[in-house]
Amino acid sequence: MNWHAIAAIYRFEMARTFRTLLQSIVSPVLSTSLYFIVFGAAIGSRIDQVEGVGYGAFIVPGLIMLTVLTQSTTNASFGIYFPKFIGTIYEHLSAPISFYEIVIGYVGAAATKALMIGLIILGTAHFFVDLTILHPVWMAIFLVLTCISFALLGFIIGIWAQNFEQLQLVPLLVITPLVFLGGSFYSISMLPPVWQTVTLFNPVVYLISGFRWAFFGMADVSIGWSILAIVVFMGVCLATIRWIFHTGYRLRS
Amino acid sequence: MATILNVSGVTKTYEGGHKALKDVDLQIETGEILALLGPNGAGKTTLISVICGITTISDGTITVGGHDHAKDYRAARELIGLVPQEINLEPFETVMDTVRFSRGLFGRPRNDALIEDILKTLSLHDKKDSRIRTLSGGMKRRVLIAKALCHEPRILFLDEPTAGVDVELRKDMWDIVARLKDTGVTIILTTHYIEEAEAMADRIGVISKGEILLVEEKDALIKRLGRKELIIECDPPVDTIPDALSDYPLTLSPDGGLIYSYDTHAGSTGITALLADLRKAGLHMVDLSTRQSSLEDIFVDLVKEDAA
Ligand SMILES: Nc1ncnc2c1ncn2[C@@H]1O[C@H](COP(=O)(O)OP(=O)(O)O)[C@@H](O)[C@H]1O
Ligand SMILES: [Mg+2]
Repeated sequence: MNWHAIAAIYRFEMARTFRTLLQSIVSPVLSTSLYFIVFGAAIGSRIDQVEGVGYGAFIVPGLIMLTVLTQSTTNASFGIYFPKFIGTIYEHLSAPISFYEIVIGYVGAAATKALMIGLIILGTAHFFVDLTILHPVWMAIFLVLTCISFALLGFIIGIWAQNFEQLQLVPLLVITPLVFLGGSFYSISMLPPVWQTVTLFNPVVYLISGFRWAFFGMADVSIGWSILAIVVFMGVCLATIRWIFHTGYRLRS
Repeated sequence: MATILNVSGVTKTYEGGHKALKDVDLQIETGEILALLGPNGAGKTTLISVICGITTISDGTITVGGHDHAKDYRAARELIGLVPQEINLEPFETVMDTVRFSRGLFGRPRNDALIEDILKTLSLHDKKDSRIRTLSGGMKRRVLIAKALCHEPRILFLDEPTAGVDVELRKDMWDIVARLKDTGVTIILTTHYIEEAEAMADRIGVISKGEILLVEEKDALIKRLGRKELIIECDPPVDTIPDALSDYPLTLSPDGGLIYSYDTHAGSTGITALLADLRKAGLHMVDLSTRQSSLEDIFVDLVKEDAA
């Protein structure tokens, strides 16, 4: 293992985060606060409790997931796409490092950043609603696994993308709708029966449900399914990355 | 001297089917400077890219310091530093940060003192905290060199290091290369400026259309392939070549002398006979001088022959 290389990539990416603090951290926190004000306070005051949890608190896990999924995907995809775009990737390709070390560096940094933002949002949420987390350890596990697996997805997107449009396409067209329709703002049980079934094909439902269970002990699907979903998702991402490594897909001509 | 880089039977066919390298063999000795000379599209960058691991090879083997560049890529690549043809740099980073990054990427622990030394030798030290986008083109190229040197490579590839740089910087580059050679670094540079190869290299390789046409000691190459010209100054000056000398390949020089062109590696140069016949023709010689043809002429000849 070339630990110095992993550290170099990780540090470089984290330095970028802190250099662009406003755009990296302040803006997601600001937009999440707006969600709290609009959905939690304004609309939420007219909505009764959802299965015994106040609406303002109910949306906290979903909001954190919404931000964490988007952030880890876009950070990792941008992180590896940028050197491809400006041509500095030649250095990664000619360095004595394996593809896995590149992945660990970029995915680790993207996941760290997403995790930081997730925690900041959790802290911010305390200003708006009363929160007690029932299973803090599970909450942490879910949060970390989600950050890592979606950073892996982002990395794959960054390797695949050949222009900025493609880079933004997946988060915009896939992730945002999946998260919104994944029960961030409602319980699946509030949907008509047909849509409840359709929703079960949305992988994000399992993440948000599991994450919400860690907070409030209530879930749309059983916690076992949630864990299985995230493990399978991560497995698919790792297998794809393995395939990229062996074929040199879009990296080495 | 020991061979530090061995390229053997290397072929590269790009996805579109273009054969950029055709069965290339090349041995580089430790500590030498090899200039790879060839027109645009000859395959110089491709050759460097396959050695450095940026591009895959279709066939053949490459060993660096005895390590197979694919099986034992870590050991092989640690020995190599690459200054790419294109100026690819992170615009928003500082010089110091970007060089530190390169060192880390090559598996070396942080060593700012060493990096600062390298920046000093490249006259970049006062720019170490500047953002790269604020630097001039020549400075950026020096940053690329610093990045390539910061992990203390034994072999340095310079892909067209002076393309598009001004005359002063080109001379600087030659100095930098000379100093690196003194520290024992093996240098392979590509160029299409012949004067550059002539000024810097120990050996010269000529590549055209993906094939290495020759690799030879620079001096030997010039001698072997070179033609010489004997310039004869006459008093009074002549304006036509005397009939008695029509058998010799003579041309008139602008100031009324004669120029005799001959092959240095032919059995006999014919100079003795010519001088005797000049006197018989009644010409009065005041001075004789010879001129070696440059690599440029050799190069043009070679590539022309290859095209034919
Ligand atoms: N990625 C690529 N895909 C397809 N063809 C390429 C690629 N890179 C270079 N070539 C072709 O290979 C040939 C050699 O290119 P190159 O090695 O860049 O030459 P040089 O550096 O000597 O100018 C050229 O004909 C070029 O068009
Ligand atoms: Mg080139």
